[in-house]
Amino acid sequence: MQRATLDIWVGAFVIAGLAAVLFLALKVGNMAGFNTGQTYAVSARFGNIGGLKRRAPVKSSGVVVGRVDDIGFDNQTYEANVTLALDSRYRFPADTSAAIMTSGLLGEQYIALEAGGDKKMLKDGDKLKLTQGAVVLENLIGQFLYNKAGEKGTEEKPAQ
Amino acid sequence: MEAVIRSVRGLGHRIVNVVQRMGVAARFFVLTLLHSGPSFRRFQLILHEIYSAGVLSLIIILVSGLFVGMVLGLQGYETLQTYGSSDALGILVALSLVRELGPVVAALLFASRAGSAITAEIGLMRATEQIEAMEMMAVDPIARVVAPRFWGAVISMPLLAALFSAMGIFGGYLVGVVMIGVDEGSFWSQMQAAVDVKNDILNGVFKSFVFGVAVTVIALFEGYDAPPTAEGVSRATTRTVVTSSLAILGLDFILTAFMFRGV
Repeated sequence: MQRATLDIWVGAFVIAGLAAVLFLALKVGNMAGFNTGQTYAVSARFGNIGGLKRRAPVKSSGVVVGRVDDIGFDNQTYEANVTLALDSRYRFPADTSAAIMTSGLLGEQYIALEAGGDKKMLKDGDKLKLTQGAVVLENLIGQFLYNKAGEKGTEEKPAQ
Repeated sequence: MEAVIRSVRGLGHRIVNVVQRMGVAARFFVLTLLHSGPSFRRFQLILHEIYSAGVLSLIIILVSGLFVGMVLGLQGYETLQTYGSSDALGILVALSLVRELGPVVAALLFASRAGSAITAEIGLMRATEQIEAMEMMAVDPIARVVAPRFWGAVISMPLLAALFSAMGIFGGYLVGVVMIGVDEGSFWSQMQAAVDVKNDILNGVFKSFVFGVAVTVIALFEGYDAPPTAEGVSRATTRTVVTSSLAILGLDFILTAFMFRGV
């Protein structure tokens, strides 16, 4: 084979391969979306994090504003200590509250931020004071049964 | 009694043989890396090997990728539909291709398409005494024959695996969105939300690079070490495909255990 033709084929092959990697990174992966850029760390304590994982999204009004950076356990308070990496483009008031939610019925868990009304803004290293942990299905069912039993008890009392 | 002793002796001989071949192969690998310098200075040699290992494997890689993706689309839809979550088809197709099927199937195809060719070529060079002739002319056969083939194949492998994955995702898109009618927006957006560039895509590329090194070293060594007879070359070619397929699957388990432990 001619040397020039061979070069063209190899060049086309390498370009196609790199284009495939780029396609995977941009169109299939989330490189184009939130990933790079400046972030600031905010921590929050939860009584129960349920199935929250590292790299889970942090959303406010449904928009992804950051990711869960680290999950630890505080042996003093016996609570989960979750560190969030929030995008520096988004600022939140200091009294913002965090709750662990589930997207859809069986979807992944994420942290929802609800902005407060404080004049001061959150900065790197701050703590979120108002938190609400994950809802555990068993507790929910237990509570429901308990309430049902309670209702029955009050209904039956007047009859006696 | 005699038979037992003979079989034990035979087993021991086999094990010692395998260990010895591993040692020779490892020395051969290090020697190839040490002699890579001259082949990078004559880059045309590497380009030629990228052509014969990469460009000539394109058709089988692209067509297989397309069909694997299409089958994943059909099967995935069938299963996801029973849970009412057929929108997650994009995640299923993309993650299974990028993490596992892309690198592994591409490497298996590469081993049988390009690995066997490398072994047969070098084995035949050995059988027709071309390698000895090079040594006589003070041309280092490792630097002239082995190292360019090594780098050509190692460069080609990740590119082929990426093309396989991209083609497979396109096949899944064809079946899922165009044929069955899964919503196009949720197909892509759910995929983008679930696939992580570092954890999934770069790990997949790294996997295919490791597989490329393993397949190429096995193919080169089997060819270089083949007995210089017609039967020897044919056996070496078969051994290349069998050994490198097993190596790919074994390495895949080890790499996956390290990479995806449900972080």
